[in-house]
Amino acid sequence: MAKDLSKALADLKEDEAVAIVKEKLNAGADPMGILNDAGKGMETVGARFSKGEYFIPDLVYSGEILKKINELVKPKLTGGGAAKTGGKVIIGTVAGDIHDIGKDIVVFMLDVSGFEVYDLGVDVPVQKFVDKIKETGAPTVGLSGFLTLAYDSMKQTIDAIKSAGLREKTKIMIGGGQITPEIVKYTGADASGKDAIEGVALARKWASVK
Amino acid sequence: MEKTLETMTADEKKNDLISKWLSPPGIKFNSPDAEKDYKARVQRILDAINLKKPDRVPVFPMMGFFPAYYAGYTPYDVMYDYDKLMSSFSKYVLDFQPDAHGSVTISPPGKLHDIVDYKLYAWPGHGVAKEHSYQCLEGEYMQANEYDALIDDPTLFFLTSFLPRTMGALDGLKMLSPFTNMTEMYGGFTGAAFVPLGLPPVQAALKAMLDAGNEALKWIGTVAGYGAAMASAGFPGFFGGGTKAPFDTIGDTLRGTRGIITDMYRQPAKLIRAMEQLTPIMVKMGVANARVNGCPIVFIPLHKGADGFMSDEQFKKFYWPTLKALIDGLIAEGCIPFPWAEGGYNSRLKVIKDAPKGKVIWGFDTTNMAEAKKILGDVACIGGNMSIATLSVGTPDDVKASVKKLVADCAKGGGYIMMSGAVIENVPPANVKAMIDATKEFGVY
Ligand code: B12
Repeated sequence: MAKDLSKALADLKEDEAVAIVKEKLNAGADPMGILNDAGKGMETVGARFSKGEYFIPDLVYSGEILKKINELVKPKLTGGGAAKTGGKVIIGTVAGDIHDIGKDIVVFMLDVSGFEVYDLGVDVPVQKFVDKIKETGAPTVGLSGFLTLAYDSMKQTIDAIKSAGLREKTKIMIGGGQITPEIVKYTGADASGKDAIEGVALARKWASVK
Repeated sequence: MEKTLETMTADEKKNDLISKWLSPPGIKFNSPDAEKDYKARVQRILDAINLKKPDRVPVFPMMGFFPAYYAGYTPYDVMYDYDKLMSSFSKYVLDFQPDAHGSVTISPPGKLHDIVDYKLYAWPGHGVAKEHSYQCLEGEYMQANEYDALIDDPTLFFLTSFLPRTMGALDGLKMLSPFTNMTEMYGGFTGAAFVPLGLPPVQAALKAMLDAGNEALKWIGTVAGYGAAMASAGFPGFFGGGTKAPFDTIGDTLRGTRGIITDMYRQPAKLIRAMEQLTPIMVKMGVANARVNGCPIVFIPLHKGADGFMSDEQFKKFYWPTLKALIDGLIAEGCIPFPWAEGGYNSRLKVIKDAPKGKVIWGFDTTNMAEAKKILGDVACIGGNMSIATLSVGTPDDVKASVKKLVADCAKGGGYIMMSGAVIENVPPANVKAMIDATKEFGVY
């Protein structure tokens, strides 16, 4: 049996990945080391998605495998998880909209790219974004939305960030199926990303300027 | 002697539906002009579908709750008050004069969903603000290990598992025996199968179903009354019926996105078998309504086969075979399938080209339309792509420019219907007007 967990996970070999984890745990391996290997595998998944080799099903399935691995490893874990170094990003689907597939992909890609992601979920009230910026000091906020009503929710969210005096310190990106440059202008966002890869690129750019 | 449906060929079935659409039985037109306009509008759409040049490009904006907003109502108002539904949706058609209307079924009966304690959606006044449209609450309403149950007997699975899970008031249905047990008197087979119907939880569920049925009847009265009133005024309905691609039937409301995606890896054969099992059921769903409504077009909103949702290989393996079978099955019954590709379909154009000529309408949302015309133009009528973003935040001049470009890219030689890429909700009325009027201006052949 191959011992390379990263590779098994990156190649979406569920049974093999799970078997390796069990074997390692039985042999008394360091749980943190296992999670690190899994993290590397997920990075490869993300890289393959960026290159157009993987698609949404591959991401979702890799997430399912990772969930299984986490369940096996967690009971043996003593310390906290590995620290993220890419910077903080707050993300959520705006008020009134509960489409979550696109947002989840962006969260996934940011996460495997090393960002510390605060995922506020779907149908997120305006104030919750404001509170989270205050709490975390995250320099980047991502707003997702697929329904046309999201245009106004995005605008209201950005207006509220402005009123709270946080707009100067915060870069805001928006995205979702019906988001175009016209909508960036309408909502007052800084930019839009047509896919999760552009989202990561924007977050990287903004994390490095400050 | 007239042929019965059973003995008709596909073409004869189609001609039967088309003649009913062109001359709706039982409709008394308001005026000779209304009759003339009605027929011209249907013919315009038929010419586009047949890849012939109509007198001009037909225009059919796909409506969400726009007519309600336009009349000063909320989605809640029209979902609960059928008079408001009737008056607002009529006002939209009479004021804006599109080539067809999309019925009022986009606004489901609110009270019915209260009665059954519906769990699958949140809707205005019930988890969603009264000012907004309803929302589907995706979940695993069918478990990963229930494929065999679905495949063995889809109706029984719906009756005793899916319905009780998605409608709180129908919880008792899970106690039902299969109706297929009621084969005969001997041995008490039939008698035994009736036993659950005597139990209080089942009777409570049946009572809720009767109440829901009464409400459905009121609502369908408005739906039918609206169709008749619009026809009398000269406006045909665009939709005969609706159905779904088997992949979406399972992926949207049974297993959910996450569920169906994991099934693609963990139990692909079962998933494919289940989609094959559902295909004839999905064909019948579309055909039955098309026959009742006397209109051949069957709407198929497509969700989870769009660009990015899966690879081309996965599309060809999981999504397309049963969608193709659905399309072929509808054509064999004389219908005109209208798959509506939400999102982008750029990577799928070559695959979906595999269809008989002039029998299908392909609607598009954000797909590159010049490409779509190039690849599909000699096989299928295409429609759509008027940007919902522009309709929402653009000016009437922006809309006009988009219409002009779409006509230039897609209308050459016929085979194009002007439609919005997504359903229209609360947008400035002047933009909807601009879309329709500009098509009438630039779309003349
Ligand atoms: C899948 C889908 C659904 C699923 C939602 C499941 C879920 N859990 O989210 C189901 C079937 C339940 C559904 C239901 C409905 N839907 Co819907 N749905 C879609 C569809 C086809 C795709 C949306 C999607 O998830 N895409 C998947 C993502 C991954 O694709 P993507 O856009 O390429 O994603 C990338 C980018 O958007 C970007 N991105 C996303 N967010 C962000 C954020 C940031 C910061 C950045 C940088 C980037 C970014 O990155 C993503 C990954 O690369 C769209 C069509 C469309 N064009 O958007 C309609 C659509 C959004 N739905 C629509 C409607 C109307 C509905 C319904 C009301 C009725 C109906 N027609 O079915 C219901 C209720 C709404 C609801 N949410 O419940 C309309 C909205 C129209 C309008 N005017 O508002 C659309 C546009 C369809 C249409 N053409 O009319 N829907």
